[in-house]
Amino acid sequence: MNDKSEGASPASASAGPVILVIDDEAQIRKLLELTLESKGYTVRVAISGNEGITKAASERPELIVLDLGLPDLDGVEVLKKIREWSEVPVLVVSVRSAETDIIACLDAGADDYLTKPFRTGELLARVRTAIRHRSSLQERPVFTVRDLQVDLSARTVKKRNETVRLTATEYALLALFIRNAGRVLTHNYILEQVWGPTFSEETQYTRVYVGQLRKKIEDDPTNPKIILTESGIGYRLQAESETP
Amino acid sequence: MSEVDHTRPDPDTLLSLIKKEEERGDKGRLKIFFGMSAGVGKTYAMLSEAREAVAHGIEVVVGYVETHKRMETAELVLGLEVIPRKKIEYRGTEIEEMDIDSILARKPKVVLVDELAHTNAPGSRHARRYQDVLEILDNGIDVYTTLNVQHLESRADTVAQITGSVVRETVPDSIFDAADEIKVIDISPDELLKRFQEGKVYTAERSRQAVDNFFRKGNLSALREMSLRMTAERVDKQIREYRKGQRISSAWKSGQRLIAAVSPSPHSVSVIRWARRVSHTMDASWVVVYVDQSDKLSAEQKEQLAKNMKLARELGAEVVTTSGVNIADSLIRVAREQNASQILVGKPDRLFFSRTARLIDDLMQRSTDLDIYIVGQEDGPSKKRIPNIMPRPQSSPLQYLLAVVLVLFAAMICFPFQEIIGYRTVSFILLLVVSLLPLKFGPGPTVLAAAMGALSWDFLFIPPRFTLSISNLEDSLLAAMFFLVATITGLLSSQVRKRERIIRQREARTSALFALTKDLSSAHSQDEVIKTAVSNIRKYFDADVAVVLGDAEGEMASSAHPASSFFPDQKDFGVAAWVYWNEKKAGKNTDTLPSAQATYFPMSGPRYPLGVIGVRLHEDVKFSADQESLLENFISQITSAIERELLNDVNRRSVVVAESERLYKTLFNSISHEFRTPIATIMGVSENLLGRPDTARSDFSHVQLNEIHLAAERLNRLVANLLDMTRLESGMIKPKLDWCDIRDVIGHSLKSLEKELEGHPTAVNIPDAVPLIRLDFGLIEQALTNLIHNAALHTPPGTEITLNVSVDEHECVISVSDNGPGLPAEDIDRVFEKFYRASGGNAGGTGLGLTITKGFVEAHHGTISARNRPQGGAEFIVKLPLSESLTNDLKETA
Repeated sequence: MNDKSEGASPASASAGPVILVIDDEAQIRKLLELTLESKGYTVRVAISGNEGITKAASERPELIVLDLGLPDLDGVEVLKKIREWSEVPVLVVSVRSAETDIIACLDAGADDYLTKPFRTGELLARVRTAIRHRSSLQERPVFTVRDLQVDLSARTVKKRNETVRLTATEYALLALFIRNAGRVLTHNYILEQVWGPTFSEETQYTRVYVGQLRKKIEDDPTNPKIILTESGIGYRLQAESETP
Repeated sequence: MSEVDHTRPDPDTLLSLIKKEEERGDKGRLKIFFGMSAGVGKTYAMLSEAREAVAHGIEVVVGYVETHKRMETAELVLGLEVIPRKKIEYRGTEIEEMDIDSILARKPKVVLVDELAHTNAPGSRHARRYQDVLEILDNGIDVYTTLNVQHLESRADTVAQITGSVVRETVPDSIFDAADEIKVIDISPDELLKRFQEGKVYTAERSRQAVDNFFRKGNLSALREMSLRMTAERVDKQIREYRKGQRISSAWKSGQRLIAAVSPSPHSVSVIRWARRVSHTMDASWVVVYVDQSDKLSAEQKEQLAKNMKLARELGAEVVTTSGVNIADSLIRVAREQNASQILVGKPDRLFFSRTARLIDDLMQRSTDLDIYIVGQEDGPSKKRIPNIMPRPQSSPLQYLLAVVLVLFAAMICFPFQEIIGYRTVSFILLLVVSLLPLKFGPGPTVLAAAMGALSWDFLFIPPRFTLSISNLEDSLLAAMFFLVATITGLLSSQVRKRERIIRQREARTSALFALTKDLSSAHSQDEVIKTAVSNIRKYFDADVAVVLGDAEGEMASSAHPASSFFPDQKDFGVAAWVYWNEKKAGKNTDTLPSAQATYFPMSGPRYPLGVIGVRLHEDVKFSADQESLLENFISQITSAIERELLNDVNRRSVVVAESERLYKTLFNSISHEFRTPIATIMGVSENLLGRPDTARSDFSHVQLNEIHLAAERLNRLVANLLDMTRLESGMIKPKLDWCDIRDVIGHSLKSLEKELEGHPTAVNIPDAVPLIRLDFGLIEQALTNLIHNAALHTPPGTEITLNVSVDEHECVISVSDNGPGLPAEDIDRVFEKFYRASGGNAGGTGLGLTITKGFVEAHHGTISARNRPQGGAEFIVKLPLSESLTNDLKETA
């Protein structure tokens, strides 16, 4: 527990993973610092896009929390610049809630997106997912979420230890979600990955197949807990049970 | 031309072939049943073929078929769909004509139209039936029709020569050339005569008359030969076109062009027909040229000239009017411009002192490289000597008189002074008067005045006075010189004057166009353009003008533009509409709907017609060819000005839209930012504090914190609603339709309301086989969230909330109902109003939720309604129209 407001100074650095917060609003910076440091993360801050880019290089953070409305550069530009040389996970936190803005961020390489005002619990969950996603996935061929078990090496899917029969496309879709567990995947991305680039406009494919997949792996397809819909953007596989 | 040129396909030729194919695309196909005379069985053949087509399931209707009471023919009509004829009242008698409007409205695949050469009753839309046929073809309907060889324009005078009877109802050869298929109905003359005798063609009495007059065996053989030859020529031409298409180079000819010179003489008709035949066989294009020498033409000549030009156009010529003093020079100039190698002129009636003879002389001298053809006059029925136009009767007798009087008057004045000034000086004074005359008079009066001057000088001044005899040689020579000098001066200056007049006219035309262009370019809106156009046409043509514009959807306005100087009545408006849709001129002094008050010209735009300009001349005034071409120039200038303004308008509007969109977006983003940043802080901090394990739930500060958190959430909702409301009211909501699973939309709504729905059991009923539907996920989700939240907010805890979804092929119906107390009956109509709050309702709403829901639903062209259910509780019903939906069973693509 670290209530100190000067969490950004190297002196108070704890051993936790370093997170870079790029936001020009002092109050939001403070809120993020308090929230993240309370969970043991080390927080560095930048108050402009250019400073953010520099610090992303010098501080080598494990995650960047990025605001879009920066005074010098647009957040999407910052994101693109960072993506030129780094694969560090980026979580965008913005007041912009239009789907086009969100899709633009995700297409530019953001890992996740959260609109302000956000619930702090939600923020922490997203941060955890993003950091873990980068480190751990390849070592675990067997993936478990709730009562669903997927063995990517044996290509088997089990729900409550009973084998679920999936078509080839359904399996490809589920495998894609698992490889990107916790990340928001846009319709276009899913279509390109599963059906190929020429299908990128056929969004009804994802709707239909996600619907079919949910019928097989969700307890209640109307109230999905595993594959969540991101309104107007795409889907996200729930990586862990979140604390709301 | 070298061999190399022959082997290379000419891109222009290929293009024109392609164009021809394309033109055919949406046009109907024309099939002509062609024969040498009446009675060969054209109608019979046409009907037989129509029946065959019907048997193959093709939709054929009878537009107009004349059976001539022939039994076999009448039987064939039975069973075919017949469009009722239109009855036209003309001078007390009722005439039946083909009803073109019903045909166009019926829109069959094929329509049968007998007797292509027929002349319609006055008051019909078009003067001639072939024009009806062209309009039907333009509307994509195929036409079968019948035609006799003597009705073809280019053959009419030959037929008249053969048979001795004049054919008045002729059709332009262009329609014959444009036909997609010609079917020759051929029987031998003997057979035909036999059919006559059997009374199969006409009734017995008429038959005999007809056989005596027209249907003599000799005539029939000649007509038969003519019709077969025409068809053969056509086949030949088709083969040539095929060769062009197939790039068979050996038979290629150079792109020949020939020029036919015409005058306001009826003889020019032969020249035009001859030119058409020659050009057709040579496969050359042809130009008909009239050289305007600014002579004053008599009304008769004007009419003949107009007839000649019309004939030329109908026969497919390009028509050029040029002005110049010397006809030969002008012709050679046009020939060079048009790259023509041959000039056709008519044969002169006399060999000496004939204008035509001089023209031929000039042509031969001045054009070494051009071929000159001299066409003989055909002894057609139209042979009628018109007054020789060489010594132009352009000066009235009054002018002759006046010229003579002036000279005599000068002589009278000089008479008393002759002793003082000497009689020889008088000759110079008289010479001066005569040489001044051309300023006002033509060459005729001038020459007469010169003669009178010489005579009066001789009579009154040269001794011996008062006799015409002259005593010494010197004076005789002087008198003779006087006459010569006066005549030459007079003629030369009248020549100069004529040139000057031509130049002045040309300049007047140019400056009128220039003035119009200048005025148009300074007009800055469509209204100003039209105002300028109307005032310019009024000024230069002394006519009233009406402008009717089309709108962006391509529909014609329902009334003339307010700047018009006359407003067409209902009938004329119909003519304007016809012009608008057909993009061809019509109305007074044209062949189409000539009973209108004004002539209407189309303004053709790039995608749809821009409008129509009506020009109404004063009673009984007609345009000269010159004026008409100037007017057409005017209209094309006006058209491009209107088009320019339209484009400007579109640009201006899109700039404004883009600017307001940008402004709106900036404002929207900054307001969201300014409000949401502090709210985010309050919510985040209070949530953090609430989550601390060291604050007990019953703790005083915990309760306070909870209140802060709730208030912040409410504020957040309000901001969201206000922003949505702004979006709605600024018209910036444009649903981004995408395939959505309605199950998913509802699931997402319920998830976002998890907290608000605590204590409200919810039930969702969605049929299993609900298809994907196209809607904006975000908007509909927000709309449903508002409805569900509304239900939770305004009902006591424990009230059940039910969502029902049903989808059919036209719409998707979503209802949100509860079993609570229901809506206040008096307020049901007002629930969707802005800031409406139910009296005594639960606090926490913003008064905007339902308004926003309504706005989002309506942005999808859907409807929303509220009611109280008979079994109690409120129900909101959203209906979304579906353009297309997708069933769930997509094929597995893996």
